[in-house]
Amino acid sequence: MTLDPPSTVSTTSRRGTATAATRAVGVLTIVMIGWLGVFGLLLSPADRDQGDAVRIMYVHVPSVWLAYLAFIVTALASAVHLFGKSHSMQADRVAGASAEIGVVFMAVTLVTGMLWGRITWGVYWQWDARLTTTALLFISYIGYLAVRGLEGSRSQRARRSAIVGLLAVLEVPLVHWSVKLWRSLHQEATVLGTDLDVSLDGLMLFSLFVGVVAFTLLFLWLLLHRSRVLTMIDLSAETGLDAALAQRRAEGGVTA
Amino acid sequence: MVRAVCAKDLRIEQRSKVLTSQIMPFALVTLVLFAFALDGDAILERTAPGLVWLAMLFSSMIIVQRSFAVETADGALDALRVAGADMSAVFWGKWFALIVQLIILEVVLVVGAIVMFGIDLRVSGLVLLVTSSISATCGLSAVSTIYAGLASGVRGRESLLPLLVLPVASPVLIGATRSAEAAFGAGGTVVSEGWPWLGLLSVFAVVFSFGGSLAFGPLIDD
Repeated sequence: MTLDPPSTVSTTSRRGTATAATRAVGVLTIVMIGWLGVFGLLLSPADRDQGDAVRIMYVHVPSVWLAYLAFIVTALASAVHLFGKSHSMQADRVAGASAEIGVVFMAVTLVTGMLWGRITWGVYWQWDARLTTTALLFISYIGYLAVRGLEGSRSQRARRSAIVGLLAVLEVPLVHWSVKLWRSLHQEATVLGTDLDVSLDGLMLFSLFVGVVAFTLLFLWLLLHRSRVLTMIDLSAETGLDAALAQRRAEGGVTA
Repeated sequence: MVRAVCAKDLRIEQRSKVLTSQIMPFALVTLVLFAFALDGDAILERTAPGLVWLAMLFSSMIIVQRSFAVETADGALDALRVAGADMSAVFWGKWFALIVQLIILEVVLVVGAIVMFGIDLRVSGLVLLVTSSISATCGLSAVSTIYAGLASGVRGRESLLPLLVLPVASPVLIGATRSAEAAFGAGGTVVSEGWPWLGLLSVFAVVFSFGGSLAFGPLIDD
């Protein structure tokens, strides 16, 4: 499966970034998400304590999985760009595309988590180690995207963002450690039952599995398309001026 | 080389006196504003460590911006590069100069908090406060130097730098605040509770200092 866009510059002949492979992934994703809907909303049982609220889990857990997967891909692609001999720009675009997707699904995770928390704990937010780390991670990757948006040459952008992407790998365990230590030393009597470690019913577990598979496919599909779009943006920046000049010349030819 | 860069930064500071004439007053104003916002002596005494470190973090953003503004203003960083300076030496030099300035600021803030927020600093807590502040400062300085180097010379860096540094610096804020709390005995804490935080702060400082010295060259290099 190649990451390059199907037709390099001839955007006039074909619009879109799909190939047969991505179409297949796309169709599979839709089917799996349909299945997730069926399993999550109809087949899986309501929870004894939480009732139907437990169904948020089928979106919440797969999306946090997707976000973490995306950030791992960003880190790996950053390392490939930085340490690889060719300083592959494709790796840089994959890193960028993956981080964008990760940020979106981290937001989905936070929002669904808050809604779920409001229903089961009675509050939207709790200063628990996992939640706090997730929120800081979310902000860090927004920072990463801001670095990608900085002015400068493309290779400069790629190197800067690769370093920031790798520094984030250093940051995550430290932030997690500190927040955990903070909460463990300062744990006040909690009124909320945060113990979500419920033993999952077999069908629930299977539905969750369907969700994880569906979201992994979704990630793959989004990543392929988004990195192709980024390739096209880079290409159009490269050829855009030439194309514009040629177009003006053609216009001149027609009217003259 | 490290010493030359550091001495240069400190000399610029000594001559321009921005730290004493602008940043220190800003930090103290922040403390006064905290007092207005959190009306009540008991609350202030309880939250003083956090307030000191928040004021510190915000003021440090200004110092860091300045530390790199002087480099990019007349293409000084390019001149260093053309001169063949080792970029990791430049990193260590700027890192150390920043530490010196931040520690001066910390002393002022802690004294300010003692006077204004009514903290009594115990002698046993003093050792903890000094060691934890030094390691926190090393870490903070490293992180700030990395990201300020990255953001130097681009438009919109003033708003980008806090976005990049503050989430990464959150372990420093947590660790430094908790150990300062133990040192001040705020909220009935005892000094021994502060020591575990020193480990965290030291690891943070070591990781980001060495990470920074490796990353700095490629970051600055165009």
